[in-house]
Amino acid sequence: MAGIKILTKDIGTPNLQNIDVYIGKGGYASVYKALQTMSPDGVVEEVKKSGLRGRGGAGFPTGMKWSFIDKNPAKERYLVCNADESEPGTFKDRYLMSENPHVLIEGMITASYALGAHRSYIYVRGELIYVVRILQKAIDEAKAKGFLGKNILGTGYDLELNVTCGAGAYICGEETALIESLEGKRGNPRIKPPFPAISGLWAQPTVVNNVESIAAVPWIVVNGGEEYAKIGIGKSTGTKLISAGGHINKPGVYELELGLSVEEFIYSDEYCGGIWKNRKLKAMVAGGSSVPILPANLITKTAAGEARLMSYESLSDGGFATGTMLGSGGFIIFDETACIVKNTYNFARFYHHESCGQCSPCREGTGWMERVLHAIEDGHGKPSDIDLLVDVAKKIEGNTICPLGDAAAWPVAAAIRHFRAEFEWHINHPAEATKPGAYYKEAVLA
Amino acid sequence: MTAESNIQFSPDAMALVEKQIAKFPEGKHKSALIPILHIAQADLGGWLSPEVMDYVASILKIEPIEVYEVATFYSQYYTEPVGKYVFEVCHTGPCQLRGADEIISYMEKKLGIKKGETTADGKFTLKGVECLAACGSAPMMQCGLHYHEHLTEESVDQLIAEFKTEDKIRRPFPN
Repeated sequence: MAGIKILTKDIGTPNLQNIDVYIGKGGYASVYKALQTMSPDGVVEEVKKSGLRGRGGAGFPTGMKWSFIDKNPAKERYLVCNADESEPGTFKDRYLMSENPHVLIEGMITASYALGAHRSYIYVRGELIYVVRILQKAIDEAKAKGFLGKNILGTGYDLELNVTCGAGAYICGEETALIESLEGKRGNPRIKPPFPAISGLWAQPTVVNNVESIAAVPWIVVNGGEEYAKIGIGKSTGTKLISAGGHINKPGVYELELGLSVEEFIYSDEYCGGIWKNRKLKAMVAGGSSVPILPANLITKTAAGEARLMSYESLSDGGFATGTMLGSGGFIIFDETACIVKNTYNFARFYHHESCGQCSPCREGTGWMERVLHAIEDGHGKPSDIDLLVDVAKKIEGNTICPLGDAAAWPVAAAIRHFRAEFEWHINHPAEATKPGAYYKEAVLA
Repeated sequence: MTAESNIQFSPDAMALVEKQIAKFPEGKHKSALIPILHIAQADLGGWLSPEVMDYVASILKIEPIEVYEVATFYSQYYTEPVGKYVFEVCHTGPCQLRGADEIISYMEKKLGIKKGETTADGKFTLKGVECLAACGSAPMMQCGLHYHEHLTEESVDQLIAEFKTEDKIRRPFPN
């Protein structure tokens, strides 16, 4: 099934980063259409009709998020693009911004118009300074063509768009931490409510959207929300960028129509091209490091025996007992030689490093899980450690200001849920488990 | 305020600083702090000494503590001196699955230092860093502005040789 491409269809065209080339491909049509023929609310309606869901990981309907913005005329409204892509396994936004920067700029203009924002920001993670440069050039070109600035296309609509950066902090992908960072502070998430739609950047109404969500807006405005909703499956409308990595033959970013089968995605040459080195499949993380890892027997089929699809609903079928989440679309494949204990320790270390430290359960719990997992991985684990990890994870989950706590707890809890025997093997046979190149041989494979 | 220090941005860096401040509305200039600290680190000695941070505070007319608390929060700011070239190798899961540990061990051997250390000549620092959003081209590392992807022992050899002869600072500057 070669699905429709929306965000990536023109990637590969030489100099697509140049505005004239982009316009030659039909670019900026949504700005003309929205500003000249539609009301701001009309644009919001189209996005609502499209069923577009936030592509950063949460999957919240974008149009609905827009409709929450406080329209008090005494307040200034802001649109902020979250380009702080940092969830391990996820690299789609970097790819899209580098290869097709104008689709994001166009989306920012059209979305800002819909929200009544006259000043908008793109916040890029600090490591991607080269992407900041690409976007700045695109903004300068758009300004020179009259798509930005005062009285855009003679419609009386004004918009100033700027790109700025962070400096290395996963937590700034959380929208209120991002806002704090954009105000020049530490990235400590805020207590909600109030939500940013009421009190965001500089305490003004603010919408924060992921790069991929905003980049989908031009197509939706040009073709109509109903057309977009015809793509995909059920409530998983449209296309999704999947960052595919780990033990596959063809790592990379793939745009797919939601509803493609997981089996086709992993094994087809059009996508991942199968497991590398002719090895067998052991596990999959479908939506970035924070979502529950699934064992081989739950990847291409759900527990009920139905084909598992690349969609919000199908991936989460079975809840956390036998399902996972689409999340950010950070797709990581593990072959038969991968060590689940080592990987779980690695992710725990990541979340400990990235915890902002505000909430005790996360600040202390992530470090605790890291230390216990390190002991097991290093051959010093105790049988009681497994239940201890489950207990610590449970006490972090739901007890923090922001979702980083959940993101830290889920991968540990899921690894133990599905791979408990492998943890036990590490604890009971430390000499064997810590030998270089050793791996657990009893895992279920596919 | 302590006595006037002689720290000052170069004219090029100062122009960049002013560009960052101009991105924000009147009175919201503190928002430019994070990009300005990148510029300060690149322009003023490669790391953020207390003197450099105080200088940035004076430019933005904010309290020094507002700079310290930001500088110590974000992983890209160095609050200790580092080598001229900092190799930041991603060691998070997806890179580890494709050989990041082996690349780091190889670089440790090649440079004669451990992860987190700087060579005696002050030229190279080797760091393990968390996910840089390049899992599809793992293993990978960042050095200054640049991402070096699909690392192999050969490509690492080549890079180190290049840096040994090259003599230009490769630290990131926001535009």
